[in-house]
Amino acid sequence: MEQENKMEVTKVSNATRVFRIGEVETKALRGVDLSIKDGEFTALVGPSGSGKTTLLQLIGLLDQPTTGEVFINGKDATRLNRDQRADLRRGTIGFIFQFFALIPTLTAYENVEMPLLLNGKGSAERKARTMEMLDAVGLTDRAHHRPDQLSGGQQQRVAVARALSINPSLVLADEPTANLDTENGRQVMDIMKKLNKDTGVTFVFATHDPRVIGYASRVVTLEDGLIQKDTAS
Amino acid sequence: MTQAFKLAYRNLGRNKSRSLLSALAVGIGMALLLLMVSVLEGEMSGALQNTIRLQSGHLQIRPASYDENKISLKWEDLIADPQRVADQLKTLPQVTVATPRLIASGILTVSDESKGVQILGIDPDSAANAPFREGMLAGEFIQADDHEGILVGNILAEKLDLDVNDKVNLLVTTADGDVNEQLFTIRGKFTTRTPGYDESTIFMPLSKAQAITGTNNHASIIFVMLQDQSQAEDVAAAIQSNDYKVLTWREQNVFITQFEDYANAFFVVLYLIVLGITATVVTNTLVMAVFERTREIGILAAIGMKGRGIMAQFLAEAALIATGGVIAGLIIGGAAVAYFTIYGIYIGDYGVTGVLFEDRIYAHLTLENTITLAIVTYVITLIASLYPATLAARLEPVEALHGAGE
Repeated sequence: MEQENKMEVTKVSNATRVFRIGEVETKALRGVDLSIKDGEFTALVGPSGSGKTTLLQLIGLLDQPTTGEVFINGKDATRLNRDQRADLRRGTIGFIFQFFALIPTLTAYENVEMPLLLNGKGSAERKARTMEMLDAVGLTDRAHHRPDQLSGGQQQRVAVARALSINPSLVLADEPTANLDTENGRQVMDIMKKLNKDTGVTFVFATHDPRVIGYASRVVTLEDGLIQKDTAS
Repeated sequence: MTQAFKLAYRNLGRNKSRSLLSALAVGIGMALLLLMVSVLEGEMSGALQNTIRLQSGHLQIRPASYDENKISLKWEDLIADPQRVADQLKTLPQVTVATPRLIASGILTVSDESKGVQILGIDPDSAANAPFREGMLAGEFIQADDHEGILVGNILAEKLDLDVNDKVNLLVTTADGDVNEQLFTIRGKFTTRTPGYDESTIFMPLSKAQAITGTNNHASIIFVMLQDQSQAEDVAAAIQSNDYKVLTWREQNVFITQFEDYANAFFVVLYLIVLGITATVVTNTLVMAVFERTREIGILAAIGMKGRGIMAQFLAEAALIATGGVIAGLIIGGAAVAYFTIYGIYIGDYGVTGVLFEDRIYAHLTLENTITLAIVTYVITLIASLYPATLAARLEPVEALHGAGE
């Protein structure tokens, strides 16, 4: 009942996504309905090619559905143009990618600060928030290191700090532990779970790692572009 | 904006050699432009000043009927009592030199060789002869009362194998259409460093030129130099008379200004070629950067950077390349221009009718040309980056992220 009263952060309504390469059509999503509510820690699971990443990209407004709609905080994002989608992403959605997606020429501090800069935050606020987030992921002592001076686990923690720096409504993570060893993967998931619990920010992450699935409060299983199962733990 | 430049600086530092080579290409392009512009400017202003110094003066007073192309020695085509006219002109404050000259044509014969020459009867004591005095290679300058001596240009002397004190026969057409002939002694050889002039000109005192041509106390022109060439039009307007034509250096050298306009138009094509090559290097560098950094572009787009922000990122890189290139261009081009300003470029006997080119072109770079070329180079470099910047800005975030080979 409590879950029912929470605000809907994102909703995907009858979404399809068809990729066309030459004459070949690939249906990555075949009509997906999904609603994610505030504060959820949801795992999208399924085998390779099931449509997890495509669904995350639609929710993250990085891509648009071939048919159907995507809503963010109740707003229909399907009708937004490219710049409007960028604006919505910038203030609302944080991303964590599988490949430690940091800007290699920027330090850990500058990477975390970048979304705040893009959101027009003032210098003092940027500094305070950046240090707060680096502290939250345990990397204040690595603030002025560049990505190539950090381990894979540390880089992914910087990515988590960056995703959370703007106080997003929603954090999307695509296979966040896929390139990490067990210990680093566990650390990253612990941090994500703690931030979810402490700040109430909504997480949706794609994975097929059973250890990671164990962290989820809700597991959505995709197969062949369709949701096969949706279970709350 | 500061962030864009900070990121741009660091991005360029990722591949230092490529970034430096790109800036160097811009620099070399700009250096070439500086050199081309300064050589053209030097050539044209050099030719103009040379022609003014040796031939046209800032002003020339001529009889109303005088025709430069005919070299007429008829009395009605000459200025009577020219020294009086010259003395009157000298009373004007702007006039530094005013001297009569008689221009005649003749044939110089040595043994069995002969050559057509232009005879210039001059007042040897006039300051207008400074270029000839300074250019004396051998012998002495002629004296006003010397009735047997002439000066010859060094190339003419070389072609006829003449030396100081050699005797030559000079055949001259006179005022009444007859022919006069006399044996002269070469008093000296001069050079004006202008092959066309030095090959065909001989000097003798005005009084002797008047005597041999039967143009007693007459001159073809009054050669006038002013304190500043910009005064020519004002002075010409002040001394207009029905008896004489007053021609300014500008009127006498229309061909040079026309030639300069033509050369400028031609050089614009060369500038475009140089800038085109430079622009291609910059475009190529930045297109490579876009392909190498596709994933990063995707990340920036994912965290909310708009297309114009991504575009600004690449424009900032182009601006830094352009800044480095312009600085390199000023250093390389400045050094090359300085060298050719001092030592010049030897071009030999480069003859164009009506224009007295020296045998060496000296570069001459103006501040205006330097600033213009720096701005043009900068703007062209930025324009060259528009394509890669647009390419980056138009990448779809999801495609850019996939560009990482995920």
